[in-house]
Amino acid sequence: MSSRLAKGGRKIDRNTKVTFTFNGRQMRGFAGDTLASALLANDQMLVGRSFKYHRPRGIVASGAEEPNALVGLGEGARFEPNQRATTTELFDGLVATSQNHWPSLEFDVGAINSKLSRFFPAGFYYKTFMGPRAFWKHVYEPIIRMSAGLGKAPTEKDADTYEHLYAFADVLVIGGGVAGLTAAAEAGRAGARVLLMEQTAHWGGRAPVDGGQVNGAPVADHIDALVAELAAMENVTMRLRCMGAGVYDHGYVLGYERLTDHAPQSGVPRHRLWRIRAAQVVTATGAIERPLSFAGNDIPGVMLASAVRDYIVDLGVSPGDRVAIVTNNDDAYRTAFAVKDAGLEVAVILDARPAGGGDLAIRARELGIRVEVNRAIAHVSGTKRVTGIAICAQAGSGSVIEEIACDAVAMSGGWSPVVHLWSHCGGKLIWDEAGAMFRPDAERAPTSHDGKPFVICAGAANGAFSLSDVLVDARAAGGSAVSATGYSAGEEVATTVEDVAEIPLAPVWIMPAGATGKLRSKSWLDYQNDVKVSDIQLAAQEGFESVEHAKRYTTLGMATDQGKLSNINGLAVLSNALNEAIPQVGTTTFRPPYTPISLGSIAGAARDAAFQPLRRTPMHSWHEANGVKWEPVGHWRRPFCYTRDGETAHEAVTREVNGTRNRVGLLDASTLGKLVVKGPDAGKFLDLLYTNMMSTLKPGRCRYGLMCDENGFLMDDGVVARIDENTFLCHTTTGGADRIQAHMEEWLQTEWWDLKVHVVNATEQYAQIGVVGPQARQLLEVLGTASIDAETLPFMAWADRVVAGIPVRLYRISFSGELSYELAVPAGQGLALWQSLIEAGRAFDAVTYGTEALHVMRAEKGFIMIGDETDGTVIPQDLNLDWAISKKKTDFLGKRGQTRSFLADPNRWKLVGLETTDSSVIEDGAYVLAEGQNDKDQRNMQGRITSTYYSPTLGRGIAMGLLKGGMSRLGDVVQVTRMSGGPVSAKIVDPVFYDKAGDKQNV
Amino acid sequence: MLLLNCPCCGVTAEETEFHGGGEAHVKRAGPASEDAAFETYLFHRENPKGVHFERWRHVTGCGKWFLAARDTATLEVFGTYSAQTLAPPEVLLARIRAKRPGFTWRDVQ
Amino acid sequence: MSDLTGPAPVSALHGASYDGYVRVAEEPMRAMITLRGDISGTLGKAAKALTSLDVPGQREVTVMTEKAIAWMSPDELLVMLPYADLPDALGTLEQKLSDPMASAVDVSHARAIFSITGPDALVREVVAKLAPVDMAPAQFRPGMFRRTRLAQVPAALWLPAPGRVELICFRSVAEYVFTILCDAAKPGSEAGLFA
Repeated sequence: MSSRLAKGGRKIDRNTKVTFTFNGRQMRGFAGDTLASALLANDQMLVGRSFKYHRPRGIVASGAEEPNALVGLGEGARFEPNQRATTTELFDGLVATSQNHWPSLEFDVGAINSKLSRFFPAGFYYKTFMGPRAFWKHVYEPIIRMSAGLGKAPTEKDADTYEHLYAFADVLVIGGGVAGLTAAAEAGRAGARVLLMEQTAHWGGRAPVDGGQVNGAPVADHIDALVAELAAMENVTMRLRCMGAGVYDHGYVLGYERLTDHAPQSGVPRHRLWRIRAAQVVTATGAIERPLSFAGNDIPGVMLASAVRDYIVDLGVSPGDRVAIVTNNDDAYRTAFAVKDAGLEVAVILDARPAGGGDLAIRARELGIRVEVNRAIAHVSGTKRVTGIAICAQAGSGSVIEEIACDAVAMSGGWSPVVHLWSHCGGKLIWDEAGAMFRPDAERAPTSHDGKPFVICAGAANGAFSLSDVLVDARAAGGSAVSATGYSAGEEVATTVEDVAEIPLAPVWIMPAGATGKLRSKSWLDYQNDVKVSDIQLAAQEGFESVEHAKRYTTLGMATDQGKLSNINGLAVLSNALNEAIPQVGTTTFRPPYTPISLGSIAGAARDAAFQPLRRTPMHSWHEANGVKWEPVGHWRRPFCYTRDGETAHEAVTREVNGTRNRVGLLDASTLGKLVVKGPDAGKFLDLLYTNMMSTLKPGRCRYGLMCDENGFLMDDGVVARIDENTFLCHTTTGGADRIQAHMEEWLQTEWWDLKVHVVNATEQYAQIGVVGPQARQLLEVLGTASIDAETLPFMAWADRVVAGIPVRLYRISFSGELSYELAVPAGQGLALWQSLIEAGRAFDAVTYGTEALHVMRAEKGFIMIGDETDGTVIPQDLNLDWAISKKKTDFLGKRGQTRSFLADPNRWKLVGLETTDSSVIEDGAYVLAEGQNDKDQRNMQGRITSTYYSPTLGRGIAMGLLKGGMSRLGDVVQVTRMSGGPVSAKIVDPVFYDKAGDKQNV
Repeated sequence: MLLLNCPCCGVTAEETEFHGGGEAHVKRAGPASEDAAFETYLFHRENPKGVHFERWRHVTGCGKWFLAARDTATLEVFGTYSAQTLAPPEVLLARIRAKRPGFTWRDVQ
Repeated sequence: MSDLTGPAPVSALHGASYDGYVRVAEEPMRAMITLRGDISGTLGKAAKALTSLDVPGQREVTVMTEKAIAWMSPDELLVMLPYADLPDALGTLEQKLSDPMASAVDVSHARAIFSITGPDALVREVVAKLAPVDMAPAQFRPGMFRRTRLAQVPAALWLPAPGRVELICFRSVAEYVFTILCDAAKPGSEAGLFA
């Protein structure tokens, strides 16, 4: 069983006790424990169930590479699934629950899958669940959904907050072990701006556990000195609990800082996402130990050898009383020494190499530890906990030589450099045959905007494993970073290093080498996704030979650990099955993030009010206080209508239309674009942009204009006002303001740069208020507006006046067909003017109206709307707007496009009005049916509805649409689609439904 | 996420300050153009794996357009230059030739 | 339309402020005029005449309390003055800018102005949470003017003095900008980026 040791544990504070719960059971630990070490201290090795077969799973590793110990942490609004117990720092009150089992961790019904495992090999779902088809919706899918996934999704809104931080550095060092500290010190001493980050809560990495001496003292002392030196440098910034999540183009790196996971509190951001730009990135990310693939290597109690000694030395926890060690390399012998030093028993060291190990093996024997060479594990005994191992020869098929009792197995298949960050941005790998590992190919580094390498690996991440090799390599890496950023290295600091020499490992990809099929079907590669050696061999057999295919077919490496313990072992088995060399098989793509990061950190502060930049007009608060129903128009909020006294929206719109047409209505039109186009060539420029002739517009006058793109399609419309000889003000639609300004700048800067004209976006400078209706003029006169009789200010003219004591520009333009003025007022006086109009408007029983009433009224008058009558494929001629297209101009955007045969085709659908024979309102998106069907058995169409409303003015439904034959079909009755009840009949009418003669405007 | 240097205001900023604008030096085919030339103008674009000339606008910056020479495969940016030019400047082309001998892009080499 | 008549104009947030680990405040309206044209010629002379300040170089701003000239682009300057000076300024420009290629547009109402004040390192850090700009003291100094984005909106910022950042954004998004600045300045979220 696993237990707390009476002494030891570098990272724990035995004076500070911590209480936590696991699956409702209260347990105790110490400050400095991880949840994993505390669980082990409480003899809780069993921590979960595997994804597919629901096999019992135990803690395997001590760090971020942990595949099994995934728990749900916290409760309610702070609940989060799939958290690794090995990277969760213990705190008082921590609540953890294991996952993927029912009814309990100890007794899980899902384990039946394991008994039936031969029916669930890799890719079984490609061959099953085929039929009957009806079963999919009601049988297969519900069952699969219930059993899918590991943890449960949170159900409450996240109570924590998150933020981003932009940071810049000359040299970013990722990894705070001895290699990272060394490289950072090199760069810091040279005066570079250094950012150093480490994902755990401690500096120093593996070195203090693995031993070695620097300058005659334990390496831990050297580490402390480096940390102190770095902390004192002003040009160095250091962060613990900060992981390098991904390396992207041009030196962009994401750092994931966990601020409060180890000590939860409100009011402090939980995670901070560092958005870093560095000239050089040093990845001192260490290496991860590989499991060995033997039958039963997933039974709780089988762990990585380095993890066993990490728990003993760093955390004062014994994973087991009697530990068997199985290895293909010298490094694992260190675990035997740690076990023995802690007063525990080493059952045996099984060295798979025929000649065994080097100096460390000699030392083991001297200590009286039993060491067997050329030996392997045939299988492990136990189900929920290791009870013993069966020993065989590494050569051969696994005949059992001996069985011995033990309660923990420490396995080591060698070490894989952590090359993920190097690979994210295109760094290539080379296969090191002697070391049986992929390591970075320095000749093919990721390159930056200048084409030069910007990532350097250091230490174990670069394939250097002994302490002396690591220090040399890290110093060189630091030095490279220094010169690449234009600094000069400081003086070389002499160091002497003492460590133990190791002899090479022997690659062991299957244990034993000739294992039977039965053994291979219990030799696990991917613990989280339940992929075994036999699955990879099956994939190869079935023709999934590319490593990318084998990965997806078996799901090897596709779990939340991204294959940290399984990728290399898996591709070695694949290469063996294909009889190809490992480098030929290659690796799958490494993708960020290195380990999962919270969605909250990615969103940062962009939630609730900060989710998106809402744009508010100067009258926003008035609308808010007066029954507004908002409509989003891009990021703007415009009133859709204003409801009062329990009205429905429909009733409100009806009231607004009637009030405006009968008396006077007020509209907030501030969001429409206002672009000032100024210069000697302004008229010439606008002639190129609009279909109309704009240069002939006289100062003081306005003209409605259309803008097309070069394809010929109508893309925006608006009223242009001529301010003076060289100045025009172009109105655009709300959605068009920024877009049309960008469009103008694009043409001025990239094509017609000889034109002497400037564009200034004045949209936000002015609030704009529509005063609309037969009593509009009277209302304005009551507020002191001078000289706005029909003669002085005719339709389509503008003038500067003073209204309610405020200077405004009055445009007499109309989108409703009524007598109508738009008042442009400086935004800071917009609300004041609006309130004056409201106040004075009471005497007229004026209404405020929103976008829906606006749309209804324009439709009653047959005015088109961009985005309704246009959809990016409609040209002005389709909308009977030929009059707006100048015949005199030799060039304007869209002119050439419109001559194309498809756009000049007389059979194009053209604008008509429709009135249903029963007065009902046609549905949005309806089509006009034609006779017969096409070759796909679909009903033929001859038109579509572009706008449809209830018209309060006419007391019936009205619609506009595009119809084959256009207005030549006047009087025809057509069939229009409906969601239910069959098609509805509609008569083709003039789209100007109301006041055809325009009398209401002629005042 | 790219780093780009805007030649108009001198800022070197991350890609989020900019907006890509497609291929550079596209020749506009106006109202008198033949169908083939107009089709090319609207729809035909280079799609190289390698050296490419493209337009960018510094939208949350000075607002100006500029042009860039960039390797679409390695993302190396050879240089940025004024949008008011009809062809890449010789200085820039020399730099590109040194790094990518024998490159061609439309009729530029 | 350039008289100072009628009710006094209001800023977007009526001078809202927040005391987090730095102080975030909406500043009162200022006169702001966009000048387009030849900076080295008539435009620059006009700006100088209005403010008595020197014309700034590329990406610089010349400041004296509420008066400033900011370099916005190769052909654009932004002149800032006390709001009361606006009518006279626009009048002066009408006379001085005879070059038809030069334009002056009043944008005083189109913008919102914010100040962030407090210890210099913390003020810089609040900006660093929102803008992809190197805010280190050695990299961003008083006299520099940077247009960039603040989270999801365009903005421009400068350092009138150590421990003070001023930034401008569009009026319509003033509330959004205030919200994100306050979030960034929340006590407890100090990042300690600049010691």
